[in-house]
Amino acid sequence: MIEAFPPGLIMVFGAFLLPVLRGGVRTVWLLGLPLLALYLVWQVPDGVVATVSFLDYRLEPLRGDRLSRLFATIFGLMAFVGGIYAYRQARLLELCAAMIYAGAAIGATMAGDLISLFVCWELMALGSTLVIWSVGKDKAYGAGMRYLLIHLLGGVVLMAGIAAYVNATGSVAFNAIDTSAPGAWLMLVGFLINAGAPPLSAWIADAYPEASPSGTVFLSAFTTKTAVYVLMRGFPGTEILIFIGLAMIFYGIIYALLENDVRRILAYSIVNQVGFMVTGIGIGTELAINGAAAHAFAGVIYTSLLMMSAGAVLYRTGRRKCSELGGLLQGMPFTTACGVIGALAISAFPLSSGFISKLMTKQAAADEHLLLIWLLLQAASAGVFLSVGIKFPWFVFFEKNSGLRPPEAPLNMRVAMGLFASLCIFLGVAPGFLYAFLPFAVDYVPYTGGHVVMQLQLLLFSGLAFFVLLPLMKRTLTISLDLDWFYRRFAPALVRLCFRLSTPIDRALRRGVVERLSRLIQSLHTWCGPQGVVGRAWATGPMVVVVLLLLSGTLAFYFGGT
Amino acid sequence: MSNTHWLYRKENHRKLWFGGGILLLLTVLAQWVFEIHGQYEFEAWLGFFGVFGFVSCVLMVLFAKLLGLLIKRKDNYYHD
Repeated sequence: MIEAFPPGLIMVFGAFLLPVLRGGVRTVWLLGLPLLALYLVWQVPDGVVATVSFLDYRLEPLRGDRLSRLFATIFGLMAFVGGIYAYRQARLLELCAAMIYAGAAIGATMAGDLISLFVCWELMALGSTLVIWSVGKDKAYGAGMRYLLIHLLGGVVLMAGIAAYVNATGSVAFNAIDTSAPGAWLMLVGFLINAGAPPLSAWIADAYPEASPSGTVFLSAFTTKTAVYVLMRGFPGTEILIFIGLAMIFYGIIYALLENDVRRILAYSIVNQVGFMVTGIGIGTELAINGAAAHAFAGVIYTSLLMMSAGAVLYRTGRRKCSELGGLLQGMPFTTACGVIGALAISAFPLSSGFISKLMTKQAAADEHLLLIWLLLQAASAGVFLSVGIKFPWFVFFEKNSGLRPPEAPLNMRVAMGLFASLCIFLGVAPGFLYAFLPFAVDYVPYTGGHVVMQLQLLLFSGLAFFVLLPLMKRTLTISLDLDWFYRRFAPALVRLCFRLSTPIDRALRRGVVERLSRLIQSLHTWCGPQGVVGRAWATGPMVVVVLLLLSGTLAFYFGGT
Repeated sequence: MSNTHWLYRKENHRKLWFGGGILLLLTVLAQWVFEIHGQYEFEAWLGFFGVFGFVSCVLMVLFAKLLGLLIKRKDNYYHD
């Protein structure tokens, strides 16, 4: 039974047509696919609208409700605006992979069962890896391979969880998951790996910055936000998520403070933003879930806007380190303006999309009387402004005059940035628009005098701290070791050490065995060789005697026995 | 290349700091007009969020600095 065409599927199949199309037709198809998917998303009514029988299970690859539509909408929008940003500069492979990736993300948000979800989940991993590999450089290949391995690991853990869960409950339906059910924790771990939760968070900052300028934009949007969606549907109110979310927030802030590479700073900011969402999901009240959902929607827009402005800088200057940039305001004023709007939105400045979403999560913590968590979220709000909100625009567009005067970003990039920058402001100015699409009815009022003053104090004094502590934040040509050090350096070193230690033992064992074998062969040769007692040719006389003796013995034995 | 943009002129730095200071003061004084009615009593203290934001940021920068001593490596660490 299929009552509506799956919107994700049309993007996945449509992507395979891109290589056979040329010129303007290809561009129209590339930009038309997400728009068509968006149209189809909004044609899906509430409830399950497609079922397929698979083995003994009833799959529901297409299910509509407020939550799935919200995420599918932002993914479709992202694919469209990302397509505008990418279509003139990106390689064909990247464009195809990005559309498959986006289609799979939409498919995951509309999947009503765990098996359909898993298929989309793995397709996303493949699509995103191809986005990274499409750069065609060794560094990108290595980062892409590490990225793929982490995601395949996450996939295996998720599949194991799904198998155990389905076996125990007999149902493949994807709804809120009882954490006491077998396999539930494995599924949670599988989801959290894609969200970038510690200890496996380093893949975001490792892989995303190695993609092309547009590739990083696509990557920043789908994987982590799909993980937010599945956590929101599967594990709302799971307390441990509060602490995991907080760990992600502060990990993201501290590493962004230490980082010199612009796109790695932004990659760490993705982790801290997702941390806010995961914390909200852990709190689990209607306000918190609404806050996390609104934050995810707004987050896709401002994170990709930031990545777009950083990508435009990389495209025009070929540089990606803070220490090599600065003063680009003079050559790229439009990109600067868009980067600043993205930075204000991620910092939740009043009149930006971040303000109307992030404040809901903080309010939810206060409403539940979680004083310590509320204080940490407030500190984190200040920290995000410090580590990304000012740091990124300051070191790239302002600060010292680096002498660089690159031309402004190409027109298609400017259009994409302009669209998302406008949305950041529109959503912030008219909060009712986004609130109307959230999973639960909203009675939260973001713009009260108290809220605005509170947020302005937090952010502006954080800005003061930035400039007062500027000498401590001097950029250095360094990276900061993350937990990926364990599989990039420690594990290979451990293997090498094991080889070094085992080589003498191995050598001694081999020598011993070889010596024994040689002796055995030697003695066999002595006895059975051409000159050996057994093997050598005997003269006829002695042979007759031996045969006679043998026959006599046989006769004696036979008659003696009877 | 000479710094022509107003942002890079030395004489404007003092003005920028002064303007910023006024802005900070205004956000604190705004509490007299727009009271902060929060869940907790201390939220209404004058300048609470300003001080809290500032101190949190100082602590985070110092922590990052200390951690940096331990985990910072040359940026070709993995590719040398």
